[in-house]
Parts: sequence; C-alpha cells; structure tokens
Amino acid sequence: MSVGYRRDMRWLGGFLVVLLLAPPLLSNNYYLTVLTMCCLNAMTAVGLSLLVGHAGQISLGHAGFYGLGAYTTAALSTTLGVPVGLSMCAGVGVTSGVAALVGLPALKLKGHYLAMATLGFGVILSILFNETVEVTGGPSGFTGIPRLSLFGVEFSSDLSVYYLILAVLGLVVWLSFNILHSRVGRALRALHTSEKAAQAMGIDIARYKLFIFVVSAAFAGLAGVLYAHYLTFIAPASFGFLFSVQLIVMVVLGGMTSVPGTIAGAFFLTVLPEFLRAFENVEILLFGAILILCMMYLPDGLAGGSRRLGRLLWKKMVVRAAKDEADAEAGEGGNG
Amino acid sequence: MDQASLLQYLITGLTVGATYGLTALGFTIIFNTTGIINFAQGEFVMLGGMMSVFFMHALGLPEPLAIVLAVAGTTLIGALVERLAIRPVRDCPAINLVIITIGVSILIRGAAMLLWGKDTFALPAFSGSAPIAFFGAALMPQTLWVLAISLLILAGLKMFFSRSIHGKAMLACSFDPKAAALVGIGVDRMVLLSFMISALVGAVGGAILAPITLTSFDVGVMLGLKGFAACILGGLGNPFGAAAGGLILGVLESLGAGFISSAYKDALAFVILLALLFVRPSGLFGQKDGKRV
Amino acid sequence: MKMVRAAAIVLAVLALLGCSKESDTLKVGAVLSVTGPASFLGEPEKNTLLLLQDEINAAGGIDGRKLEVVIYDDETDVNKSVMAAKKLIEKDHVVAVFGPSTSGNTLAIAKFFAPAKIPLISCASAEKIVKPVDPWVFNTPSLDRHAAGKILADAKKKGYTKLAILTVSDGFGQAGRGVLQELIPAQGLTLVADEVYGPKDTDMSAQLTKIKGVAPDAIICWGTNPGPAVVARNRAQLGIAIPLYMSHGVASKKFIELAGPSAEGLILPAGRLLASDQVPDGHPQKALLTKYVADYTKKFGSAPATFGGHTYDALKLLTTAVKMGKSIKPQDIRDNLEKIKDMPGAGGIYTMSPENHNGLDESAFFMVTIDKGEWKVVD
Repeated sequence: MSVGYRRDMRWLGGFLVVLLLAPPLLSNNYYLTVLTMCCLNAMTAVGLSLLVGHAGQISLGHAGFYGLGAYTTAALSTTLGVPVGLSMCAGVGVTSGVAALVGLPALKLKGHYLAMATLGFGVILSILFNETVEVTGGPSGFTGIPRLSLFGVEFSSDLSVYYLILAVLGLVVWLSFNILHSRVGRALRALHTSEKAAQAMGIDIARYKLFIFVVSAAFAGLAGVLYAHYLTFIAPASFGFLFSVQLIVMVVLGGMTSVPGTIAGAFFLTVLPEFLRAFENVEILLFGAILILCMMYLPDGLAGGSRRLGRLLWKKMVVRAAKDEADAEAGEGGNG
Repeated sequence: MDQASLLQYLITGLTVGATYGLTALGFTIIFNTTGIINFAQGEFVMLGGMMSVFFMHALGLPEPLAIVLAVAGTTLIGALVERLAIRPVRDCPAINLVIITIGVSILIRGAAMLLWGKDTFALPAFSGSAPIAFFGAALMPQTLWVLAISLLILAGLKMFFSRSIHGKAMLACSFDPKAAALVGIGVDRMVLLSFMISALVGAVGGAILAPITLTSFDVGVMLGLKGFAACILGGLGNPFGAAAGGLILGVLESLGAGFISSAYKDALAFVILLALLFVRPSGLFGQKDGKRV
Repeated sequence: MKMVRAAAIVLAVLALLGCSKESDTLKVGAVLSVTGPASFLGEPEKNTLLLLQDEINAAGGIDGRKLEVVIYDDETDVNKSVMAAKKLIEKDHVVAVFGPSTSGNTLAIAKFFAPAKIPLISCASAEKIVKPVDPWVFNTPSLDRHAAGKILADAKKKGYTKLAILTVSDGFGQAGRGVLQELIPAQGLTLVADEVYGPKDTDMSAQLTKIKGVAPDAIICWGTNPGPAVVARNRAQLGIAIPLYMSHGVASKKFIELAGPSAEGLILPAGRLLASDQVPDGHPQKALLTKYVADYTKKFGSAPATFGGHTYDALKLLTTAVKMGKSIKPQDIRDNLEKIKDMPGAGGIYTMSPENHNGLDESAFFMVTIDKGEWKVVD
C-alpha cells in the first residue's frame, strides 16, 4: 500500500463519518434533501473527473448518461413492473453498454472534436428523452416511479435514502481511489501526458480510454438510477446540455486531479444556488461572477487553493514560532 | 416532394445557416489566435440583437444608427472580456479558460436579463417584410440582406487575414505565439483584436437576423452550441469551413424538419455531424491535426 | 409564595396569548416559476398574490386573521420545485400551497400533499393533475380540453374538416397535442398534419411548408410565447392564407406585440380577463375583473396577463373555503374547497365537487380575434 493510498483512504473515512453524523445537526428535513442532491452530483462528478482530470479526455454530454440511467430504471420498474433492484442494475448496465458503443468511435477523436462528439451525443439523448413520449412521458416528465427498495427492503424515509446514497457514494469513491492507485491509474496518467509515448511503452491506450469512459458513464448512470427512485419523478429538462456543463465546472472547480476536490466542487456548486436564491434577479449574474473569480484566483481549483492556504498558514505559524523564540532569547539576553 | 417545397426548405436553411456561420466565424477567429474556444460567442450574437432593440425602443434612435451603436457596444464588451477575464489568466490550462468563458457567458446573460427583462423582442426588417415570389417559394427581403452581409463579412475577413499586416500577424500568433513575439508582434494586442473582431462579427449576425427570428436574453445558448457544431463540421480553424459548416448545418436542419420529422430535426443534424466526425475526424475542410508528441 | 404563583399565572396567560396570536396568521405557501422559461406565468402569478395579500390585510384580514404568503421561486426547474415544496411543508408549516406554475412541476410535487395532509391548488392546466382525482390536489386554470373544445366547435361551425396541428415540444404543447389528437377524430374531423417545434426554435418555415403541402382547412398552433408569434410571422412571410387558430397560451398583449401585423385575423380562446372591458355588465365576473385590472395596473404599471388569474382564483378559493368552514385547519380547508359552488373568479365561475377538482368548463372561455392590433370578442 502506497502512502498516497493510505492518505486517500483516511480522507474517505473521515469524509463518510462527517456526512454520517450530519443529518441530526440539520435544522430541518429540507437541508437533508440538499445534502442528498450534493451526494448524487458528487457521484457523477467523481466519475467525470477520472475521465477529464486523470485521463485527460473530455465529455460534454455526461448528463445524457445520468438521464439514460434514470429513464431506463423508470421505464423498467414503472411500466414493466420489474423489481426495483433489478431495474437499477439494468439502468447501470444499459448506460455502460451505450457508453462502450459510443466510446469506441468517439475516443478516436481528440480535443475539441471529442468535446463536440460528446456534446452532440448528449444533445441527441436529450432530444430522445423529450420526444419518445410513449416511453419517457415526454416533456411533462415521468411520474409514479417506485421508491428505492432493495431485496424487499423499502427505503421509505428520506433519512434512510440519504444513508443508502451516502454508502453508494463511499463505494464509488473507494473504487475510484483503487483505480487511481492501480496499474490502470498509472496507464491513464501516462496517456494523459503523452499518448504516443504511452503507446511506445506498450500501453493499449484505446482500451484504457474506453475503460475509463465506460466507468465514468457507469457512475453517472448509477447516480441517475438513484435519483429516479429518490425523486420518483424525472423530466428531460434535468438532463440537458446545461447540466453537462455544470458537471464539468464541478470537476474543474474542485481541482481536476483531486477526487476530494471534485467532491468539494460538487457540494459547492449544488449548495451555491441555495444561497444566491436570496438575491433573486441578480442570482444568475452573481453565479457567473463567482465562477469567473474562482477560476481566475484558484486555477488549481478548490483542492489546490486549500493546499496553498494550508501551506500559507503553516508558514505563518512557523515564522511566528521562530519569531517568538527569537524574542524570548533576545529578552533573556537583555535581562542577563 | 415538389420543387417549390424543396426550394423553400433550402431558403429557410440558408437563412438560419447564415447566423450559425457568422457565430462559427467568431469562434474560429478567437480559436485561431489563442487556441481557446470562447463559449461566450453566442452571447455576442445575442447582444447585437438585444442592444439594437434597446437603442431603438428606449432611446428612439433610427434603426441603422441603433445597429451601428449596438455593434460598436458589443465590440467594446468583447474587448473588456478579453482584458478583464482572459488576459490575467492567459497561461492557465485550456480547460480553465473554457470555464472562464462559460462564466462570462452566464454573466452576460444575467446582466441582459437584469437590464432588459426576460421578454422577447422584435426588430423591424431592413426593407419591409413583403415576401418575394421566387420559383414558387417565398423569399423574404431580409434573407437577401442576411446572405449579402454575411458574404461581405466573409470576403472582408479573407482580405484582412491574407492581405493586411494585422491579419497576418494574428495568423502568426496562432501558429506559434513565442515565434510571433520574437519577430516583434504584440501578441497581447493581437489577442485583444481577435476578441474585438469576433464580437463585431457576432453582433452583426445578431442584428441582421433579429428581424427574422426575434431576440431575447437567452438566445445565445443554442446559437453558441450550433455555432460550435458548425465550426467543427467545417473543420476547426478554417474560417471558410466555419461559414460553410454553418450553412450546411442550417440546410440539414431544414431538410430534416421538412422530410423526416420536425421533432427530431436537431437530433438529426447532430447525428450527421457525429457520423461525419467518425469518418473524417478533422471536419470537412479542416487540416489534419499535427499534435506534438 | 403568592407572588410566585401570581407571576406564574400571568406568564402562563401571556404565553397563551402569544401562542394564539401566532396561530391567528393564515400562512400559505406558493411555489411559482418567477424566473426561468416559465417566468411569463410565474411573474404575474407572484405579483397577483402580493397585490391581494396587501389588499386583504389592509381590509382587516380574513375573519380577523392576517394573511401571510410565502413565495418560493422554482426557476422552472423540477428539482427546485420539489425542494421548495418540501421547504414549505416541513420548514414553514403552511396550511395550503399554491402552484407550481407548470404541469411538470405540479406532477412532481403533487404526491407530497396527501401524506402531509395539506391542500395543493395548482396553477397548471394538465389534465393529469386532477384526473384521477387526488383528494388533496386542486387546480385553477381551465383544462386544455376546454380550450381545444372551444376551438373545434368554432372550426365545425365554419365547416372546416381537415385540420393541421403545430405544437411545441414542452409540457404545455405536449398536453395540447394529446388533447387535440383525441378530440379531432372524436368530433368527426380529420387530422392531416401533426408537426412539432422546439421551445427555442426561431424559425418554423419548414413545418409550415410541410403543412401547406397537405392543404388543410385550418391550422391550430398550440404553444406559448414566443413560438406562436414566430409561427404567425413565418405564415405571413411564406404567403400562406390558411386560417390559423392559436391556443389560450398566447392570451397576452405580448403576442400581438411580437407578431405585429401578422397577428391580424388570428382566432383564439381566452379567459374573460383578457378583454374585461368587453365583458357585458351583468356578467358575474365583470366587477371583480375590472377591479383586478385597475389595481394591478396601478401597482405594477401594466395590465395583468391571464395567468395572474390562476393565483387570484387560488387565493379566492382558499379564502372562501376558510370563511365557509370558519377554520384554518388544512383538513377543513380541503373539505370546504370541494363544497364551493358558482364562485366567480378571474378565470371563470368555479363549481367544485369531490369528483371535480378543477371547477371550470368550456364556458370559462370566449373566442377572441385580433383586429387592428386589439382584442375583439367574437363569441
């Protein structure tokens, strides 16, 4: 076990404990809903960060995978009466399958062309959700999705759903850390730096790119199935281009190569509109301004920013301690 | 499938495609000089239309003057965006700059909503709206204006980039900023110029199309998306490709709506785009991307 | 000892007084789309609530109780709608909720209200909201079915048999499309074209050209601004003379403004609020419509859009139910809402029942046309 891995695991443990203990501290149930949405967004964002931050690819259509998972489980469990646990697995499976199909040709593209391909794919899915009214309920959305229930256990209270989603988030983060500290992670970092060099070393870049694309899509699909059964109502508007952009912002804001940073970015971006709501008309303006300022002054994202802040505070403490010592010595010397 | 309907679809497609093309041109100019995709490009187009409406309705100015002022105002905003949001962080990784441009587009959209509200507005057509009969199809005078002005801008830009010293300097910056700086080109100035020209081109596009399509504070989002798609379709970095890509995208959409399904017309355009990219990864007219190892 | 006991009694009495003062406020919530794509619905709805809140409190409240309206903006986003509804139920403890403005958002939050035992009076018009009836969910806008029925009756009167429909691909358009697809054959008419456009589309020439190709007797366009205005303009630009019906979604001055000269001669069903000055004097709605328009114009500078009537009526239904039952308990409010009969409102005359939680029918509309840039009643 490398030092980095142990550090990451300690962080994960601490994070889960904090979120486990959070609900009783919240003054009302409404904040629990916000927290649950934060966790769902974090799940998707973490998957995306593996693709964007570590493997150096891009996807502007990840909201499509989120929606695909949600609609698949909704259609299966509501229209066809499939048990919820099974339909959720199917949701993740379908999303992964589609990602593999799309990823094969798409990942041959680079840079802006890949961005466009994923963007186009996201838009196509979004239009499909909107127009295939018989399957998805169309623009008015899909109602009556059954609540979360696994192996006969129904999660009827918001609190139990929150704990389940938190557990799944923990699992997703654990998986991500394992991927990053494994040979796959090293291969990804290699191909991010230089695809040609990685190929020269014998790394099958096409296979690794596809693998991480499918994994990130699977995480998004997983978040989507949980979302569908949590809200019991989904509408195409939630799975459009704007949400894809928000996900990318969460990853970049958090610090592209830092999983904890991405989670912080997801939480920040989910909670921010709640605070800005008080400003009504100026809300959109403030959001844009905050985004610009964050990117300008925190180029490494929140993770990098907090690292620099930590170093700054540490330096200040060290300097202060040294100064105190020097003063003390000088004082003694003077008195002596 | 009668000839008149087909012709009508083509005319509609070319009209809409011209705005996509102008938006795509704006993307290309900034990309060529700086290598970044400016997601606020769609907002420049929106500002062209909305500011024209504002100058006409609120200040009572005649339409031509209102449009000139609107284009000038948007060009100024383009310069401000470059100065305040891009120049301080030019050495950032590309994706950070992309997010900053996204932030700028949100900011501009929010400001527009605050200043002018969420309503939709109409701009009078330049020479009346009586349709001209054209081989069984109806052609609007405004369409002729749109196509003519777009061609003029394209020709103007071509001359600028190939004949004038500033244009050639901008191209030099896109090939290699360090080398350009070594031969004495003010790279900072060129980047500023590229933003201003992009804003100008976008604003003109917005103003000439507003009489046909109406305008509101959030038209920029879809336009930016389609403009980017047109860029890619034509091959990123090629201004002629961008314009052609825009026209082709517009016509594809129109034909798709007419012959296949109006509900899926956007999806159709993107499916064709994706199919093209898988076959020809650098777009229709793009150069093969020579990336450094 | 005596002092302590006296003090305790005084404190207890004061506490009781304090408590009862609190419960004497009639606290209602509202989830409205004040911003976002449906802001044309939410803004007049919110303004109307604020206007009425001030009026009611200035006149002494409802049976002496102060009215407090807590309004949350859901930004036309279903997630925010759900969060706002939960906030109102769990944090603000309101006795009733108005809204949301859109059908999609209503359907998302509707199921929270039966377990919470709080009535929801929606401002959206989808049939699914009140059919099948949920005992705790009501709505005030007339159903799409009534508007479509009114249009088809007019078409039949004029002898049209082949109809083409052009609907927007959002919740409102989708509901209209469904209703039209059902009613057109049911009325013995033929549907010859079924075209769709997107909410952000700026050109519908392709769809209109396709429709022109099948030569219908009339076209029915179902959407909300700005789409139908573009449709009207495109139709004029393409030189198409086929008669064009609009839906009640464009019943506002903004439509005439956007469509300009191409709006002349178009026909649509509208609530009487739209042209309240043309309502005959004896009509039960005349007085309240005139007052509403005057007060709203004075406070906000322009006449209210018909959508403002949705919350006007929701609040009126609520206050009527409270006065009927002399109680602000949510259960009593719900029971009395169902007993309301022949109540004139901004959108029509409401008669509720356990099976009918909408209360309106086709008579809530009259047909208007646009003549020289103004509304003209043709019923």
